Order: sequence, then structure tokens, then C-alpha cells
Amino acid sequence: MTTTDTTTAGGAVPAAEAAPVLEAIGIGKSYGSHEVLRDVSMTVRSGEVVCIIGPSGAGKSTFLRTLNRLEEPDAGEVWVGGEPMGFELRDGVLHELSERRLSAQRARTAMVFQHFNLFPHLTVLGNVLEGPVRVQRRSAKEARREAVEILERVGLGDKVDAYPGQLSGGQRQRVAIARAVAMKPLFLLFDEPTSALDPELVGEVLKVMGDLARDGMTMLVVTHEIQFAREVADRVVFMADGGIVEQGPVEQVLGAPREARTQQFLQRVLT
Amino acid sequence: MATARPTGTDPGDATRASSAGRGGGPVGGRELLPQVRLKHWGRWVSAVVIVVLLVALVYGASQGDISYRDIPYYLVSPIILQGLVGTIVLAVVAQVSAVVIGVVIALMRISKNPVAQAFAAGYTWLFRGLPVLLQILLWYNLALIFPRLTVGVPFTDVVFLDVSTNDVMTTFVAAFLGLALNESAYMAEIVRAGLKSVDRGQIEAAQSIGQTPMQRMARIVLPQAMRIIIPPTGNDFINMLKGTAMASVIGYLELIKAANNIASFNLQVMETLIAAAIWYMVIVSVASVGQFYLERSFDRQDRRPGGPPNARALRRKVAADLGRAPLVRSTP
Repeated sequence: MTTTDTTTAGGAVPAAEAAPVLEAIGIGKSYGSHEVLRDVSMTVRSGEVVCIIGPSGAGKSTFLRTLNRLEEPDAGEVWVGGEPMGFELRDGVLHELSERRLSAQRARTAMVFQHFNLFPHLTVLGNVLEGPVRVQRRSAKEARREAVEILERVGLGDKVDAYPGQLSGGQRQRVAIARAVAMKPLFLLFDEPTSALDPELVGEVLKVMGDLARDGMTMLVVTHEIQFAREVADRVVFMADGGIVEQGPVEQVLGAPREARTQQFLQRVLT
Repeated sequence: MATARPTGTDPGDATRASSAGRGGGPVGGRELLPQVRLKHWGRWVSAVVIVVLLVALVYGASQGDISYRDIPYYLVSPIILQGLVGTIVLAVVAQVSAVVIGVVIALMRISKNPVAQAFAAGYTWLFRGLPVLLQILLWYNLALIFPRLTVGVPFTDVVFLDVSTNDVMTTFVAAFLGLALNESAYMAEIVRAGLKSVDRGQIEAAQSIGQTPMQRMARIVLPQAMRIIIPPTGNDFINMLKGTAMASVIGYLELIKAANNIASFNLQVMETLIAAAIWYMVIVSVASVGQFYLERSFDRQDRRPGGPPNARALRRKVAADLGRAPLVRSTP
């Protein structure tokens, strides 16, 4: 289940040993006079699991949403699999893409939302197949076989014909994860995937996410689950006030944070 | 309180009953007192009044100077049947066109293009604001100001089409334009309300799996908006069936014009109008039954846990937004 689909665009990006599947450079975003993101840069390599933590209002979700351009950044560039997200590079200039072409770029990514956002009028299987069959135009038969396989892996093999409304929150979020995985994306974006769940349902979702990480899936996870970050992440990024305060290996950021702001935050959430 | 209840016991009853030692008393240790129910005299009186009035009405009607036996004949007379077809065809064509135009106007209204937005708002303002009858008359008399209709490139001699307005603007076309354009303004509001009812997260999820704007609309937004859009549309179609009566003013052959045509040479005005009225009741009833089943199938989807919740509440809100009577009767 590794997705090392390294599509390099016309030599625009220097190809490193493990080419970054995702590169955000100097992302800035404001709503009116309120600056939500300020010069945020981040690189994610294939197979990495990166957790973004931080107080609410830090801009974590907004940053995540600029990566698949659900949110249009005011400044900066996002490169996905060697392509500039939302743009086309011609003669050293980035030309904005049509919504249609942008959609094709988005099909190489996938996202799991806080409120699941499953399609209520489609069955569980219909939700998972929507991307592969309607967007990626893969053969229906093969996509179906794969979808069932993925649903079995997230423990919902018996729910393929159920509707989202018939499922618990934890089951819904697992369907949403299956829907994202079925896209065979370069990486998965998780936007606080357990924040809307009842406490007793959080575990089943985190377990599925842990399994995916162990399978080598590249993941970028905005989360409040410090324990999950400790166990699963390769790297932790601490954000506050629209910027990255500190980032590094798990042991360092969570174990021995250098910045006072990080220490404060961890003290508050861990006690 | 326990003594007034014929059924149900509270924990104290058993002990009290045994200590009193009265085996026959089922509750509270003694016989229950007889109860006298309230007689609703008012209901009886009002029922009798209503029945008497109805009988008087029927008797009065039977005394009228009207030949009821002619009505069944008019019901199936060729000209009335022709009028019936005229009514149904006009209503269906106008409603279908109104739906198509309404969708376009609604999409313009929610688009990011300010010119399209303003145009859609102006369109709705104009065609909803004017009485339908006035609109029909304006279209019908278009030839008075534009004797010829010409399609070409302005300021050049290139002409693709050039016809006499009177040849184009038949009674059907004028009635169709008046009814369809007015209804399309209402449809635009209904469709817009339906589209707005779909959760923003649905669009984001569709974007996140790479669906194009067209796919998002066709696969995700419209199927969910339909549950809001269809019931009031059915309601509007019923109004449209009746609204076609206005086409009689410019001489389009629908039920009322057909009735008048017969009456104009035999003076049986009421007989022919009643025949038309019966046909209206029939087609409106048929449409209402269709509407009922349509609504019920949507409400059933609501009850299915998978369906988006409170479509019914949303529809009621739509009705309120449009400033009209409730469009949906609640099924118990």
C-alpha cells in the first residue's frame, strides 16, 4: 500500500534521494485584517507521518486546507508530487489553473475531515467508489474489489451497503478514511479526525490511522491526540499564532521542547 | 391520585390492599368510584348545524335554473376535451421550461460573477413582480411595438432570421412566455434554496477527492438538493395547471376558453363552466396524488437513518422564505 508515485515535473524541482511528495513554501493567509498564517514552510517526504499540534486558532487546519487548495493561500507555493498546486509552470512563471485542472491535481491527494463529510445519499461502498470510479475513471470492477478490501481493512467489511446515517461516528470516520485511501493518494491529510467523536469511539479511528502509518502511508495529521503523535509520528510540528514555533523528531518536540511556547502548551494538555 | 387510576399500581398499593383486607378492591384497597364523562354537547350542535346547512345548500342548488343533465355531455364534448389537452400541454411545457430556466438563474445567482448575480436578481425581481396576466398581455401585443422580429448582427446587414411578430407570437407562445417566465423566477428561488441547503462540507469532500465543478453539482449537490426542490415544484405545477386559465383572455383554447366557446352560441354559461370546473378538479387531484406519493417517498428517505435529517423542516423553511403557505403537509 505504498504510494511512491514520483511524478516529477519537467525538471523544475531538484530530485532528491527521497523526493518530497509535499512541499509548502512561505504560505501566508489572511481573512481581512486578521492574519491566520504567516510564512509557513514544510516538507514531507514519502512514507513520513507528520503530526501538527498546537492551540486552537493556531492556523493548523487552515494550513492543512491550503495544501489541497480547499483554502487559497494569499502567499507562498504548495508543490504536490513535483507539481505546483493550482498552477502550471511555464517559462519560469506560475500560471493559475482552471478549477477543472485543479481538480485533477486534487485527485492525487486525499483528506479526512473533522465532521467526516460522507455523502449521505450514497452507500458506504458508493462513498468509497466515488473518487476511483467517477474521478479517476478506474475500471468499476477492479475499483470495487479494492474498495471492499479497504473497507475490510478498516473493519467495515459488513457495512458496504449501509448508509452513513446508519453508522456510529467512529464507523463513519473509518469510512471517510477508506474513501481517502481508495484514491491511492500521494499523501493523506487528516483535519482533526477524532475531535468530533465521542471519547469511547476515538480509539478505533486512531487504530486504523496507526495501521495506515505502519503500512507506509504518507500522512499529515492535525490532531490534539498527543499520545497518538508520540506513538505514530516520525515528526511533530508545533504551531501557534499562524506560524511554526518548533518542529523536529517526536522525542525532541514532545520530550524536550526547546521553545517556551511549546513547553507551556504541552504542560497544559498533558496535565 | 392513585384512586382515580383504573390501571397501574404504585408500590404502596399492594400493602395497603392486604392490610385493608378487602379482596374485591382491585386498587388502593377500596372499590373505585364511578366516573361520568363530559358530554360534548357543543360538538353535537355544530355537527347538526353543518349538516342542515349542507342539505339546504344542495336543495337550493337543485332549485337553480340550470340543466344539470347537460353537464356530462359537455364533459366529453370534443371542444372541451380539446381545451383540456390545451390546458395540460400549456401547463407541462411552461413548467418544464420554468424548471430549466430556474436552474440557470439559480446558478447565476450563486455564481461568483457579480454581473451574473445582479442579472439573476433583476430577472427574479421583474418576472416575479409583475402579474402573470399582465405579462401574457404584454407578450401577446408585442407586435404593436415590434412588428418584425429580426435576428442578426447589429449595425450590419447580416440577418439570420426575419419574421412577422404576429406569425411568431401565437396565443400559445404568448401564454407560454407569460406563464413560464413568471414561474421560472419562482423556480430560481426554490432551486437556490435547495442548493443552499446542502452542507458546505459536502462540497469540500467532493473537492478533496478531485471532482470537477460539474461533477460536484451532478453527483453530490443536486441529488441532495432535489429532496428540497421537488416537493415545492410539485406544488407549483398544481398552481400552474390552474394558472393556464389566464391564457383564455388572449383566446388560447384551454378549458375556460372552450367552455366560453360553447356558451357563446347556446348561452349555457354555467353548465359549460361547471364542466370545466370538474375537469380542473380531476387534473388537480391527479397531480395532488402524484405530489403526495412524491413527498412520501422523500419523507421515507428522511426516516431512513442514512438520509440527511430534517429535509421536511428545511422545506418548511423554504416555504417561509418564499413567503407562501406551507408547501408540505406533514404526514403523521
